[in-house]
Amino acid sequence: MGMNKKTHERINQIVSTILLSIGMLVVLTPLGWMMVSALKPRDAVNTYPPQWIPTDQVHVTIDGQEYFLYDIPVNGEMRQLALLDKQGGTGTFVNPDNPSESYELTVASGTRVTQVKLHWENFVSAVTKVPFGHYLLNTMIVVVFGTIGTVASCTLVAYGFARFRSKAMPILFLLLLSTIMLPPQVTLIPTFIVFQKIGWYDTLLPLIVPAFFANAWDVFLLRQFFMTLPTELDDAARIDGCGPFGILWHIIIPQSYPVLATVTIFTVLYAWNDFYAPLIYLQSQEHWTLALGLQSFNAVYTNQGNLLMAASTLMVIPPILMFFFAQRLFIQGVVISGIKG
Amino acid sequence: MRRGNNVPHYAWNNYMNKASKPLPLRRLESLWGYLFISPWIIGFLLFTVGPMIASLVFSFADYNIVSPPTNFGLSNYIKLFTNDPDFWHSLGITATYAVIAIPLNLVFGFALAYLLNQKVPGLAFWRTVFYIPSVLAGVAVAILWGLIFNPKFGILNWFLGLFGISGPGWLSSPDWAVPALILMSLWSVGGGMIIYLAGLQSIPTTFYEAAQLDGANGWQQFFRITVPLMSPVILYNLIIGIIGTFQYFTEVYVLTSGLTGGIGGPAKSTLFYNVYLYSNAFRYMNMGYASALAWVLFVIVLLLTLLVLRSSSAWVYYEGELHNK
Repeated sequence: MGMNKKTHERINQIVSTILLSIGMLVVLTPLGWMMVSALKPRDAVNTYPPQWIPTDQVHVTIDGQEYFLYDIPVNGEMRQLALLDKQGGTGTFVNPDNPSESYELTVASGTRVTQVKLHWENFVSAVTKVPFGHYLLNTMIVVVFGTIGTVASCTLVAYGFARFRSKAMPILFLLLLSTIMLPPQVTLIPTFIVFQKIGWYDTLLPLIVPAFFANAWDVFLLRQFFMTLPTELDDAARIDGCGPFGILWHIIIPQSYPVLATVTIFTVLYAWNDFYAPLIYLQSQEHWTLALGLQSFNAVYTNQGNLLMAASTLMVIPPILMFFFAQRLFIQGVVISGIKG
Repeated sequence: MRRGNNVPHYAWNNYMNKASKPLPLRRLESLWGYLFISPWIIGFLLFTVGPMIASLVFSFADYNIVSPPTNFGLSNYIKLFTNDPDFWHSLGITATYAVIAIPLNLVFGFALAYLLNQKVPGLAFWRTVFYIPSVLAGVAVAILWGLIFNPKFGILNWFLGLFGISGPGWLSSPDWAVPALILMSLWSVGGGMIIYLAGLQSIPTTFYEAAQLDGANGWQQFFRITVPLMSPVILYNLIIGIIGTFQYFTEVYVLTSGLTGGIGGPAKSTLFYNVYLYSNAFRYMNMGYASALAWVLFVIVLLLTLLVLRSSSAWVYYEGELHNK
């Protein structure tokens, strides 16, 4: 029985690992495709079958004109010849070193010579064809101030809900939680109109200011964490003459760095990826964020997939890096907010 | 998993301490409390209550921002329900997407979590890999999938071609645009997976050991122990999933609307509810009509959530019930 169970477990593990590996391929292939496409020459993006390694077709220059180089058999011997002219299925091939040496051959019998080449300059083009620096600056402004506002306001509010009691507190907390279920569209239009009337349309303010008024998700996350902190330390600090702000600053916050970091990370990520609010509020290009800039880049450079993928790659690198460096915090945050008590 | 369990101890002590305090001190405490939560209270009034009332009022009027609201009455709602095929159409698309995508995401997310819970080596590695797509939501990902779904040169149809299947037009086909978006959503099942995995890991192994002693096989254990104990988490994700579907926007906008200027994709096949609302509000400046759409959406979400919660008593199992039996 014991042996049997061990074998069973082992088989389970092997099957699971195989299935997970298939899943991993599915998950990573699109990302791989993105990076590969970003490094391709323009004409290699839309090919069938797809090119998995960025390759260039090799050209040779004869009399100032560029021609494709072919690997083609001549009298049973493999040669590298340039295709000068093509009529029907037959082409005129010449020796690139000695253009007077020419052959009439079936084009289909040869293959174009290719070489692996990574077009790193695509990244340069992607960021210079549009005011990328401007977009980045705007995004950073929204990310930095939005995050400061969110973390500061949510910490205060969560502390209030976690440590202070009054008759109305539980009702207010329920009210706060219920806003999670409120579709944002219900408040969107009047908010938009007010921001427009006070002259904030086409500025970054509508993306930043609301962050300073706390939100249900992050307050909930922080409050749940604050509740697990023992109150004995609070009491000790109170006896030492600490006021409520002092307790928050000297006792609660130092114990809460992980959860504060979690909130920070999710806020940064959200602000970085957000598209809807910038789309609605920002009109002139000089105020666009990266998400908005990328979308317009997509609309303009539709048939330059390599540049699009270079720009997209640049856009996803920061979140990926952030995730790798702060995985534990990420996962903690997802779990706490996903499995609420 | 049930974080609440370790909370009441402190809360109770705290409560007891406070209860014995004289009245002025308690009043002081609640004043401090209100002070700390005041950013939220102000925000709640400014950005939630106020706008909710305003949008309710707008929903009964014609309003284009430029001139004040006029023509108060039920006309928006009457038009919505009796004379707007696009409304029903967008509701249908959103519902279709929700009915297919949410269960699929649930099944795949759960399956991945279940596989990861089989004591496979390298748990952290797998978890990382599957979670990556969830941090990448947005425009860049949509553009990437636009390339993948390209009917002629996309790697998806190339892959199908390897099996002799000639792939459809995906985003450019009215029949396949929504399935394409559903497929794309499955790429980020890792988000749900992490939640389910945490839930699975919190199920005490003694439950399974007891079941094995009783001779329960793997399937029985899965359906009699794992699924019931996970049902609260599943429920929660179901509700969030429903709400999320009605907010679905960026991917649709980038993939099927942004380029041509026409919104809603081929033959309006991706006119999701939120896309329709957006175009009413910010393309045609029909703020009154869009507000009506928002309120209808609110009621739908509210009803669905209540429905899910009501029906949950039939299938959601809370640990506390164990002790009552």
